[in-house]
Amino acid sequence: MLAFVLTLVLLLGIVIVLAYAERKVAAFMQDRLGPTEAGPYGSLQSVLDVLKLLQKEDIVPAAADKKLFKLAPILIFAAVFAGFAVIPFAPALVPAGIGIGVFYLLAIISLDVVGLLMAGWGSNNKYAMLGAMRSVAQIVSYEIPAGLAILSAVMVCQSLDFQEISYQQGALINQFPGLEYDMNWLFGIRELGINTTTIGGILTWNIFRAPMLLVSFVLYFIASLAESNRAPFDIPEAESELVAGFHVEYSGFRFAVLFLAEYSMMVLVSLVAVVLFLGSWNTPLPNIGPVSLAYWTSGTVGELSGILWGAFWLLSKTFVLLFLQLQIRWTYPRLRVDQLMHLCWKVLTPVALGVVLLAGIWRLLMV
Amino acid sequence: MTESLFYFLASLTLLCALMVVISRNPVHSVLFLIITFFTISGHYILLNAQFLAAVNIIVYAGAIMVLFLFVIMFLNMNKDSESRVKTSTLSKFAGTIAGGLLFVIMVAAVKDTTIAGYNADTFTSQTGMVETLGAVLFTQYLLPFELASVLFLVAMVGAVMLGKKEAGEQHF
Amino acid sequence: MNQIPDIIRTIPLNYYLYFSTALFIIGVIGVLIRRNAIVIFMCVELMLNAVNLLLTAIASYRADTNGQVFVFFIMAVAAAEVCVGLAIIVMTYRNTRSTDVQLLNNLKW
Repeated sequence: MLAFVLTLVLLLGIVIVLAYAERKVAAFMQDRLGPTEAGPYGSLQSVLDVLKLLQKEDIVPAAADKKLFKLAPILIFAAVFAGFAVIPFAPALVPAGIGIGVFYLLAIISLDVVGLLMAGWGSNNKYAMLGAMRSVAQIVSYEIPAGLAILSAVMVCQSLDFQEISYQQGALINQFPGLEYDMNWLFGIRELGINTTTIGGILTWNIFRAPMLLVSFVLYFIASLAESNRAPFDIPEAESELVAGFHVEYSGFRFAVLFLAEYSMMVLVSLVAVVLFLGSWNTPLPNIGPVSLAYWTSGTVGELSGILWGAFWLLSKTFVLLFLQLQIRWTYPRLRVDQLMHLCWKVLTPVALGVVLLAGIWRLLMV
Repeated sequence: MTESLFYFLASLTLLCALMVVISRNPVHSVLFLIITFFTISGHYILLNAQFLAAVNIIVYAGAIMVLFLFVIMFLNMNKDSESRVKTSTLSKFAGTIAGGLLFVIMVAAVKDTTIAGYNADTFTSQTGMVETLGAVLFTQYLLPFELASVLFLVAMVGAVMLGKKEAGEQHF
Repeated sequence: MNQIPDIIRTIPLNYYLYFSTALFIIGVIGVLIRRNAIVIFMCVELMLNAVNLLLTAIASYRADTNGQVFVFFIMAVAAAEVCVGLAIIVMTYRNTRSTDVQLLNNLKW
């Protein structure tokens, strides 16, 4: 219960910061000022936006399917929020550590789609319907390269538990029950003879433990942009052609929930990318001889210092990825539907399959 | 506690399954079916079959039901088009009674059988885990597993062939 | 590690038998009384799930992996079946402009 409240509060905080960052980054990239009025440098703008949304009237269209219309935002947010349950925030700090965490995450995220269809259908509006259809087609298609990219990381780590995957990517590897005698080698190849078990840092992140995971990280990042309906894959909500996609008819509190769900999805996919590929809550600083930077910046497992350092590294890496998402939004033009499907089925999926094969071979070499 | 959870999930499953059959609107039917699959996944978790619970959600709730919703919305079915095809009351009664009789027969058949429950000596709680299932799937069941992939290929080709435009066909 | 889940200790296997029989029968009744092809198809899925549930229950109670592998294959076949079946329903809709199965009582148009 405590974990639930904490995660929710943390998520709300991150989303408010993100909404502000989105406007400021956009303004910076377009040589504008962005919000300046509310608070210093307009930093209270997104809080004010939330307050404004909460005051607005909750309009339900007369011709809508009322039950579905009202239920959809809650379902969408619940699906995304449930995904946070398995994300480890620090060593010894995970809301729900279950053995098949990665699998659970994939399953629960796919529910999002049902909520989107409910919202689009329930609104009884052509734009909403078109937006929902496009959104679902896109999310279902891009789940395949994303799933394959995740699979390649899982194959290298030989685990579906996020916490175990996290421990493997740092100098604390031997503190996880079951991994006491595991060793990390540079690029995962024992023949090179460089033992990085106690060096830790960036050298033991998954993208360095098995270099082909760098490719699958890029694949996953592209696919995750599509899954969270971000530009350049924002076809479902393309303002200039579809008004706003599936949430045209929503206002007030329900719109706020949809907005929150969308930003939470961005945060979630970035967190998953960090946990699976970029070393999770591990520090990027390696131990160099007597200068044991990795140990100094990891704290002690199970104590407050460990939790604070872990959360700090995890969140800062996540914010880097989120910034990248914002930057991409204002850099690339929107794709056409056929280009989108071409990219997914003819480029990303074959490459992802190749990476999975390579990851399997690599794992055999690693042992 | 777990006992009441079983009864709660079981009654919810049956209720939602009934609503699938009763609902007038096909979209509501699909959504009730999704809830049914969820409660069935809950049963799988209670039975310690975590892998199947996750697969059930991914395959059924995430893929198959979305296909159903897609087709229903694509064909634009709603209450109006549904109320035109009404089953006569007589055939409703006949169908329910026939089904009920089948239920009675099946219950009568299994009522007196003794089914061996769990065996405390040989029981392992690892049956439904990914590692155990994977080991069995990729050794003993390797051939069926590969054949399943051929089946998917055939289904894919079949669906594309069926969905293709025919020459001179008029479209909506 | 090897502790028996509560549900297996407290609920007899027979209850699962009755439960999935009831679920199966609801599917059967649905197939019998509905006329919309898509709803009929959904009821078939319901029947398949009733079978899946019973197989999983028995496999869990008897600690037998084979039953659960079987469920996995049933799901795979169900996915393939839905894919082709829905394509057929869309085809018939194109020809008859309806998904009512009663209209399909002649073998050719």
